[in-house]
Amino acid sequence: MPNEFAFYLIAAFTVVFAVAAMTLPRLVHCALCAAAAFAGLAMIYLQLDAEFVGFAQLLVYVGAIAILIVFAVLLTRGDEVRPGHSQSSPSWMAGVAVAVLALAVMAMAILLSPSLQRLAPSAPVAPVKKIGEELMTRYVLPLEMVGVLLTGALLGAVVIAMHEESEVKPPARWPASKRAESGEAMSLR
Amino acid sequence: MNAVDQIFVSTQHWLAGLAPASVRPLVSMLLIIAGLMAAFGTCFALTTVLERKTLGRMQNRFGPNRVGPFGLFQPLADAIKMLTKEDIVPFSADKILHFLAPLALTVPVWLAFAVLPFGRNMSAIELDAGILFFFAIGSASELAVFMAGWSSQNKYSLVGAMRAIAQMISYEVPLVLAGVPVLMAAGSLSLPDIVQAQSGFALGFVPHWNVFTPWGLAGFALFLIAATAESNRCPFDLPEGESELIAGYLTEYSGFKYALFFLGEYLGLFAVTGLAVTLFLGGWQAPAQWLEWLPSWGWFAAKFSALIFLFIWVRATLPRLRLDQLLNFAWKFLVPLALINLFVAAVWWKFPAAMAIRWLLCAGLLAVPYVWLGRHWNGVTPKPRHYGYAE
Amino acid sequence: MLGRGILRGLIETWRNFQGSYYDPERLTTVQYPEEKLPPQENARTIPFLIYDGQDPLAGLRCTACSICAVECPAHCIEIVKDTAKRPDYLGKMQFHPKVFNIDMAVCMECGICAEVCPFDSIKMDRVFELSGDDRRMVLRMSDLAKSNDYFRQIHPTEAAAVDAARAEEQRKAQAKKGASPVPAAS
Repeated sequence: MPNEFAFYLIAAFTVVFAVAAMTLPRLVHCALCAAAAFAGLAMIYLQLDAEFVGFAQLLVYVGAIAILIVFAVLLTRGDEVRPGHSQSSPSWMAGVAVAVLALAVMAMAILLSPSLQRLAPSAPVAPVKKIGEELMTRYVLPLEMVGVLLTGALLGAVVIAMHEESEVKPPARWPASKRAESGEAMSLR
Repeated sequence: MNAVDQIFVSTQHWLAGLAPASVRPLVSMLLIIAGLMAAFGTCFALTTVLERKTLGRMQNRFGPNRVGPFGLFQPLADAIKMLTKEDIVPFSADKILHFLAPLALTVPVWLAFAVLPFGRNMSAIELDAGILFFFAIGSASELAVFMAGWSSQNKYSLVGAMRAIAQMISYEVPLVLAGVPVLMAAGSLSLPDIVQAQSGFALGFVPHWNVFTPWGLAGFALFLIAATAESNRCPFDLPEGESELIAGYLTEYSGFKYALFFLGEYLGLFAVTGLAVTLFLGGWQAPAQWLEWLPSWGWFAAKFSALIFLFIWVRATLPRLRLDQLLNFAWKFLVPLALINLFVAAVWWKFPAAMAIRWLLCAGLLAVPYVWLGRHWNGVTPKPRHYGYAE
Repeated sequence: MLGRGILRGLIETWRNFQGSYYDPERLTTVQYPEEKLPPQENARTIPFLIYDGQDPLAGLRCTACSICAVECPAHCIEIVKDTAKRPDYLGKMQFHPKVFNIDMAVCMECGICAEVCPFDSIKMDRVFELSGDDRRMVLRMSDLAKSNDYFRQIHPTEAAAVDAARAEEQRKAQAKKGASPVPAAS
């Protein structure tokens, strides 16, 4: 079926770029592969007819968060590859074990849930208008909480930036302007 | 009348009908894509030469007038030059990223044309969340700027790319916020619905376009300013200012890749202009009943051309803003005004349409913050200028 | 009003735009080489030699005194004197040049040669379309000789002054010849 083929293609794309984001030697390449993986996720959402979520994923993740990651990489000079230092940590087996465990738990939760037994609805049940209405009536508390969280983050960023600025002393004034202010004639001597 | 209006749609249906039924949707979509690329490619070529000629006229000189009648074949000469130039890739540049950056810029911008309604029934894809698609795709092209700047391994390119990205993400906020009142008015995110919501005439002759309301006018102005900044055009063209950073993130690009960046920038301008026409100027609708002899795509083209002329006019007039002035302007002036505009649009809809008081109230609610912010956003209250060395 | 400066700028550029179609003040381009600006009288480029009358080489005013060659700061003038003598406009017998070359690639068009010439025979021309494909642009006597009518055309005031001075001197010489019928030995 074309739907399943499309899903496998998109899934392969996402997984390949996610693995690349973990294993590439240069950090900026990893960041860009992560952005491609986000785009792959967005395509999965779109394939499930969730238009709003898919485009929001693109707008937020690829358009803002990927850029944030890239800025962070550049500003902290994390891109330098130290020679003789392996890219992966020595306890990678523990990491793989934890990941497999998490995958097993999530897969069991999904496979055993009753929503798999329900028939899929014929038409997309989440047009944008409905999402808006639900956000404003049933889910207004989470919406406001997220707003507060984002405002807090914004204020924190401003505070951090302002704090650094106040440590910078104003530049020393030119001696010439002092003389001009005191009304002395500027002689050539 | 209707036949001319729907001529592109009927041609597409006829041509698609010639293909076998199994591939008909694909062929139909390919025809639309081919048509869009041809139309906007020609538009790009014409705009480059007409912009130079218009800029020239505004600067008391001719524009290019040697190649072809009135210099109109200049894009051909430019194309030949760009194609035959040597493609220089710096030795230490990141080859893959350096190659992919122009593509990553141009492809999302072409995608953005898919949702714009160019005429009656003439949008390539009718998405329920059309405008969100547009903004999402627009923001995806910012990574391409970073790729271009970083992969050149040139500190000027990198600084230029950082400035360009800072500018683009700062001006995305007023761009989207200026478009939100339109969504409130239309009640839908789909662009053909937004155009439809602006149909009808008030007082018999004034069309219901969004630009003829106080919040629409303010939103239109905000949208145009943010659009100028998003496309890196004067007065916001610091990223490509030749006197500042050579060519910014474009420094290490030559030949066809440079042409692709150029194309991407102009196409971005066209896309956002098309969106401005759709959101604020009533899309493909004629301004009066008796003017409907010009087909809907003709009206779209007319409004589009007027806005492009406005952009060129502004480019010829205003000096370039410095980076800190630019960013302050976005965050301290445009974003508060856009939020107030949102509030004003809500106030507008609270009053029934018959009350004329809502015009005065909304205009006042917009004018007062505009004046106050205009005087104080810079952190410095303007005093009369004192030219100390002029005596 | 905020944005007033922007509006004024926009109005001015709009006036430029629409004026460029009908107002010559708003479109000041002179499309060289199809159109040329009228040259000014005082403009000077390379030097040339003046001849009186019709025959370029016979009427040359130059007497091969070599003052211009000596004074030229770029040393671009080469003069070889011809041993025969010819009468000048006052009747005095003068030498004349056999070879008179100026290397225009070296000449810096300072006009010193024209200032120091006692015979008003080398003056500054106004031609500027001089591009060539050789590094040595040597102009010989036949290339340099141009008539006095041409001089009157390009520098009318100066030519009038020179002609008046020469006519005055001719008149004085005639008067002296009339006063003393025996000419002094020269």
